[in-house]
Amino acid sequence: MNIRILSFLFAALALLFSTNVFAAAPIKIGALFAVTGPAAFLGEPERNTAKMVVDEINKAGGVKGRKLELISYDTAGDATKAVQLATKLIKDDKVVAIIGPSTTGETMAVIPVVEKEQVPLISCSAGSKITDPVKKWVFKTAQNDSLAVGRIFDYLQKRKQTNVALLTVSDGFGASGREQLKAQASKYGIKIVSDDTYGPKDTDMTAQLTKIRGSQAQAIICWGTNPGPAVIAKNARQLGIKTPLFMSHGVSSKKFIELAGDAAEGIKLPSGKVLVADQLPNSDQQKKSLLSFVKDYQNHYKAEGDHFGGHAWDAVMLIKGAIEKGADSAQSIRDGLEKTRGFAGIGGTFNYSAQDHAGLGKDAFVLVEVKKRDWVVVK
Amino acid sequence: MKRELLKFLAFTVFVLLLPLYFQGGYLMNVLVFVGINTMLAIALNLLLGYAGQISLGHAGFFGLGAYLSGILTATYGWNPWLAMPTAAIVVGGLAGLIGFPILKLKGHYLAMATLGLGIIIYIVFNETVDLTGGPSGLSGIPNLAVAGVTFDSDVKNYYLIWGFTLAVILFSLNLANSRVGRALRAVHDSEVAARVVGVNARILKVQIFALSALLSSLAGSLYAHTMTFISPASFGFNFSVELLTMVVIGGLGSVYGSFLGAALLTLLPEFLRAAHDYDIIIYGALLMLMVMFMPGGLVRGIPDLFRKVFKKGGGDSHA
Repeated sequence: MNIRILSFLFAALALLFSTNVFAAAPIKIGALFAVTGPAAFLGEPERNTAKMVVDEINKAGGVKGRKLELISYDTAGDATKAVQLATKLIKDDKVVAIIGPSTTGETMAVIPVVEKEQVPLISCSAGSKITDPVKKWVFKTAQNDSLAVGRIFDYLQKRKQTNVALLTVSDGFGASGREQLKAQASKYGIKIVSDDTYGPKDTDMTAQLTKIRGSQAQAIICWGTNPGPAVIAKNARQLGIKTPLFMSHGVSSKKFIELAGDAAEGIKLPSGKVLVADQLPNSDQQKKSLLSFVKDYQNHYKAEGDHFGGHAWDAVMLIKGAIEKGADSAQSIRDGLEKTRGFAGIGGTFNYSAQDHAGLGKDAFVLVEVKKRDWVVVK
Repeated sequence: MKRELLKFLAFTVFVLLLPLYFQGGYLMNVLVFVGINTMLAIALNLLLGYAGQISLGHAGFFGLGAYLSGILTATYGWNPWLAMPTAAIVVGGLAGLIGFPILKLKGHYLAMATLGLGIIIYIVFNETVDLTGGPSGLSGIPNLAVAGVTFDSDVKNYYLIWGFTLAVILFSLNLANSRVGRALRAVHDSEVAARVVGVNARILKVQIFALSALLSSLAGSLYAHTMTFISPASFGFNFSVELLTMVVIGGLGSVYGSFLGAALLTLLPEFLRAAHDYDIIIYGALLMLMVMFMPGGLVRGIPDLFRKVFKKGGGDSHA
């Protein structure tokens, strides 16, 4: 009895599905971003940027006479959803390339799907295991954590500060940073004298900082995304800790300075160049891209473009570059991407090759310092 | 009994023929998850709908199954077919042990205890980085394979998962109609009365809790082997609540209701995607309306609705 009703319902619902409309001419690009959920601070600027760039490309007449069509879905930061939506993009929407997802976990979940269906994926998340080892169909635009760690250690090494304390958040971003910090320390002759973590929702870190105060640390490195690091900056000031504080690129946006207020003064962190675009010398290859991204984003969304949005900017532009060279299918776009050399984007200058699908060098990061509530490049 | 069997056979045929309609589109992938969620909803329904014991920690058991299976196969190279039952037995046993003290609690206190349990398990997934890969997840989990056929496509996975789901449905229907099922409902209605007529309520509750955890773990293992990647975010508190919603929306104490609830909550977001940014609002409103006007769940609400429409209000509401 119930079954009959059930199958009727199913048939009715299924009919809804079959009314998909297919447009023929434009080149379809899929996008998976965590626009809602805990990773929304990544997904929202990424989606906004991708939309903006595709609109502008189309306004300028498309690529080689063909328009681009962006089909974007919200994964809510959920790996299961990301896999379902990647399958939808490939099988139903028939996209030739996918941009995203926003987080490393989602990307790792989607990789088996794109490898099997043979569609190029340009991930906007940072985890180094995404492209190490190299997977045939997977690229990424976000800088590896290892590059950011290298920047900080470089600076410390030059100043002969060898004892550091770590304070990392217990989520994917913090765990990956902690791993890199510990792995690279010996290479720079740096000793980790204290290694603590805090929860992503913690509102007071004085306990960890008090412990660090009692150690031999000459520098504190904190790895996390907003709002945790701002709390740490404030707590450190309240405790009167004078040890220099370093943050990660996870907080490299104006938002951090707003949250931490005066406590942000003097904090240093590695950041993509987008924060300090106008301070760069004119000889910098990326300057033109950076300034145009910042200006466009300001015009479209009345907000500051950050490097998260930049990952999506780079991804769209990389695909555009491949199409300009004559690619229009999944296979040819993949091959085109792999041949990208010297593309000066937001995250850095990309040089992909068969052995390197991350494509960025150490120059992708600059060390910046907060001075008078603004970012200044540390020379 | 004969009618039950016919119903089950009709449902089986429906499930087996469904892929013909979708022909390998992405919905096949979603239907795989409908199968997994159905299994989970039935597991929780046995506990909540039949025995009347709430659990807000079932995502934890689901995750334990997924992680045990994942770690045993990806890290230690076990055969998935061996890892799956091992995980199920370990998780079931663990739930049995924890069940003894926890199930003495009632109502809100039981909800709190199971909530805590789920959160503890979630924290363990996140913090034991060396074992679970931490928040960035565990990858490289092999697909299941049988006699040279690897379950690596949506259609193959569909039949694999639904094979298990149908087995769970059949098992649960039998259990519900057995002496044990009647005893469970007796405990649900009045624990004291059940004890008076000779039902060992305490042991029974622990047993059903362990069984429920075991089935959840099985679903978790299947999830791990179809996704080939797992991360803690899939097994958080939110998912426990979603499972609870599936059971309540579908219909407490009904095996097919669990299927309806799981199917609705898994498929609805896909239908609503057309509404773009408003999908969450519509989703919430629909759930609210369903709870208000179909308090007995879809499994009782839909037939009522049909009766009302076709017989002009002649339906008897037994919800």
